[in-house]
Amino acid sequence: MERSILLTFVHPVYHKSRANRALLDAVQTLDRLTVNDLYETYPDFMIDVQREQELLVSHDVLVFQHPFFWYSAPAHLKEWLDLVLTHGWAYGHEGKALVGKKWLSAVTVGGGAASYVSNGKDSFSVPELLRPFQATAHLCGCPWQDPFIVYGCHTITDTGLVEAAESFRARLIALRDAPVAPEQNLTNV
Amino acid sequence: MEHASFLVQAFVYLTAALVSVPIAKRLGLGSVLGYLIAGAVIGPFGLGLLGEPENVMHFAEFGVVIMLFLIGLEMQPALLWRLRTAILGLGGAQVLLSAIAIAALGIFAGIEWNVAVACGLILSLSSTAIVLTSLRERGLSQTSVGQSGFSILLFQDLALIPMLAFMPLLAIEAGAIPHGGGADHGHEPSALAGLPSWAQPLAVVAAVALIIFAGRLLTRPAFRFIASTNLQEIFTAAALVLVVGVSLLMETVGLSPALGAFLAGVVLADSEFRHEVEVDIEPFRGLLLGLFFISVGASINFALLAAQPWLIFGLTIGLILLKAAIIFGLAQMFGHKRPDATLMALGLAQGGEFAFVLFAFAIGAGVVPNTVADPLVAVVALTMALTPLLFILGEYLSTSADTGRDTKEPEFVPDDQPDVVIAGFGRFGQAIGRLLIANGYRTSVLEHSADQIELLRGFGHRVNYGDASRADLLRAAGAEEAKVLIVAVDSPEKSLEVVKAARQHFPHLKILARASDRRHAYELLNLGVDQFEREMFEGGVALGVKALQALGQRAHHATRAGRLFAKHDRNLLLEMSRYWGDDLVYRQAVRERAGHVDQLLRRDLNMFGAGDPDAGAWDTKSLEEEIRRDTMPAST
Repeated sequence: MERSILLTFVHPVYHKSRANRALLDAVQTLDRLTVNDLYETYPDFMIDVQREQELLVSHDVLVFQHPFFWYSAPAHLKEWLDLVLTHGWAYGHEGKALVGKKWLSAVTVGGGAASYVSNGKDSFSVPELLRPFQATAHLCGCPWQDPFIVYGCHTITDTGLVEAAESFRARLIALRDAPVAPEQNLTNV
Repeated sequence: MEHASFLVQAFVYLTAALVSVPIAKRLGLGSVLGYLIAGAVIGPFGLGLLGEPENVMHFAEFGVVIMLFLIGLEMQPALLWRLRTAILGLGGAQVLLSAIAIAALGIFAGIEWNVAVACGLILSLSSTAIVLTSLRERGLSQTSVGQSGFSILLFQDLALIPMLAFMPLLAIEAGAIPHGGGADHGHEPSALAGLPSWAQPLAVVAAVALIIFAGRLLTRPAFRFIASTNLQEIFTAAALVLVVGVSLLMETVGLSPALGAFLAGVVLADSEFRHEVEVDIEPFRGLLLGLFFISVGASINFALLAAQPWLIFGLTIGLILLKAAIIFGLAQMFGHKRPDATLMALGLAQGGEFAFVLFAFAIGAGVVPNTVADPLVAVVALTMALTPLLFILGEYLSTSADTGRDTKEPEFVPDDQPDVVIAGFGRFGQAIGRLLIANGYRTSVLEHSADQIELLRGFGHRVNYGDASRADLLRAAGAEEAKVLIVAVDSPEKSLEVVKAARQHFPHLKILARASDRRHAYELLNLGVDQFEREMFEGGVALGVKALQALGQRAHHATRAGRLFAKHDRNLLLEMSRYWGDDLVYRQAVRERAGHVDQLLRRDLNMFGAGDPDAGAWDTKSLEEEIRRDTMPAST
C-alpha cells in the first residue's frame, strides 16, 4: 500500500524561520509528499476551499507543520480549519471525506520541554495544549498521531536541529510506508 | 399670423398662465385648473384677448403628443407586462362598458344607433393630459391608483387606433358618403382620403409597422451620430424632429399623432439615449400642455352654454356620474379598496382631449351631425374643466372615509429604480459596475461617449447616454432613489462638476469618486465626497507587490508590505488635505512634510523601520535574548 502525504505548512515569517526551514528542507524532497504552503498560496487569506478539499481527498496522511504560537497555530491555519472543514463534508452525518486519514501535528516550540509541565511556566504539556486539534481530527474521523514536537527552537544547536529534521523525515516515511492495520480503519469510523 | 401679433399672443398666454397658475396652486386647486381658468378668462367668451383659440389649440395639441411620447419612453416591456391585467382588463372593460352605456342612453334618447355608438366610443375616453398631470402633481403617479389610472388611459390611447379605423365604417353602415375624410379639423386632409374605407385600416397598420421598424433600425445609429457632435441643442433638435416627424407621418395616414408619438417612445424605451431625450424635451411638454389647457379653457363655448344651459349642464353631470359609476365598480372588481376606487372614478370621469379630434373626424366622415357634436364638445370641455375639482373631491372622500385605504406609499417599484448610479463607464466604472451587479445590486449608468456605449451594449449592460454633471439627467438616471453615486468619469474637471451638482441636488447620496491624482483627491475631499480612490494608485501598488515577490519575497510578506504602504500613503494624503485650500499654507506644509519627492521617499523608507513590513510582527528577537539570558545562568 503506497500512501501519500499532504503537508500543510503554516508560517507567516518563513523567511526568518530556522527550525521550520530545517524540518521542511528535510522532508519536501520525499516521494508522494505534497507541500501546501498556506501563507504563500493565500497571502490575502482568500482560501480556495475547493482546491483545499481536493488536495485533502487526494492524499492519505495529513501533516500540519507550524510554529507553536500562543499555544496554538498561526492565524492562517485557524482560518483554514474554519473554511475548509465544512459540515456535511468533513463532519456531520454526511461528512465522511476525511475518515481514516491519519492526522499528524508537527510543531516547533520556543520554550524547553521542562517548562511545559503542570508546575512549569507554561502549565500544560504540548500534547495537552494540542487538544483542540486532536478533537478536530477525531470529529473528522482522522486517527490522531502522537504529535511531532521540537522544543527549545530559539536556543537549539545546529546539530540538534539536524537530528530533529532527521527524525521528522523518518516519522513521515514511516507514516507513508507503514502497512495498513485493518482494525485501525474500523475503530475510527 | 404676423410676427407682432404672434408675440402679443405669446405674451397674453404666458401672462395669463403666470397670473392664474400660481394662484390656483396656492389655493390647492392644481396647475391644470389654473390654466383652464386663465383660458376661460382671456378667451373669446371672456376678455376676448385671443385671436383664434382653435389655431392655438392645434398648435398646443403637440404638447399632448410630446406627453405621450414621454409616456412611451417609460414603457419598457417589463413594465407594460406587469400592468397587463390592469391595461387589458380594467381599461378594456372601462372603454367597452362606458361606450355601451352611453350609446344605449343615446338610442333611448332617440338618436340614430350609429351616431349613438360613435358618441359612446368618443365619450368613453378620458383626458390623458389632465389626469396624468393631476396625478403627478398630487404625487399619486406611483401609487396603485396612479398605476391603474394610467393603465386605463393607456388602453384608451390604444383604443384610438381601432376607433379611428371603425368610424368611417359606421358612416357606410348608415348609408352616408364619407366626404373629404379629413383626419381632423384644421389639419391637412389625409393623403389616404381617396382610398376606399377598407384600405384605410391597412394603411394604419403599415404606418405603425413603419414606425416600429424604422425606430428599431434607424434611430439608434442616428442618435449616436448626433451625440458624437457633443452639441446639446442639436441633440434636442433631433429629439424634436423625431417627434414632429412621427406626428406628420401619422397625420398623413389619418391617425392620431399622439399615438404615433407613443409608439415612437416605446420603440426608444430601451435605448441608451432615452434619458437624454426625455430630459431635453420635457420643458416643451410642460409649456405646450399649459398652452393646451389654456386653449381648452378658451374653447368652452359659453354662448352654447347660455343657449342650452340645462341640456349642457345635465349632460355634463350625467356623463361624469355615468363614467364614475362604471369605473368605481370596475376598480373594486379589480381589487381596489373603496377609497381608491372613489378617487380613481372621480379622477377619470371626464371626457378627453381626443374627443375634440374624434368628433371633428366623425363630423368629417359624416357619422355624427354638427347638431349632436357641438353640445357634446362643450360637455367634454366642461368635464375637463371640472376634473381638478373632482380630484380634490375624490381625495377628500377617500381620505375622510379612511377605512383601509391602500396608502400613498409607492407599492410599485419600477425595474429601473437603481441602488447605485455610476457616472462614467469606462474601464474604471465598468470594474465597479460589474462588481456591484455581481453582488445583486441594481445599477444605472450614465456615459458620455457614444462609442463607449455602443461597445457596452454588446455586453448587455444597460447604459444611458448623457452628461452626468446635469442634475436633470442624474435625476432621470435615478439619483433620487439611489443610495450611492459613483463618479468614475475620467476628466478631473468633469468629475468635480458632477460631484458639485450631486451634492447640491441630491444631498442624501453617498458620493464615491475616482480621483486622478493627489491634487484631484484634495479637491474632491474639499467638495465633501464620502470616499475616493486614486485611479492609478491601487493598480501600481498591486504590481509593486508582485515585483517584491519577483525579487524573492514571500507572497504574504509582500502583500502586507503593499497594504502597509498603501495605508501609509493614504494617511500622508489625508494629513496633507487638511492644508489644502489655502495654497500658501499648503505649499508651506508640503515643503515641511512630504511635498518633495525625496522627502516622500525618506518617509517611505522610515515607514517600515529597518525596511521590514513585519517589524514587530512575529518578532522573536527580544524573546530569544531573554531565553538566552534565563538559560545561561541555569546551565552554568
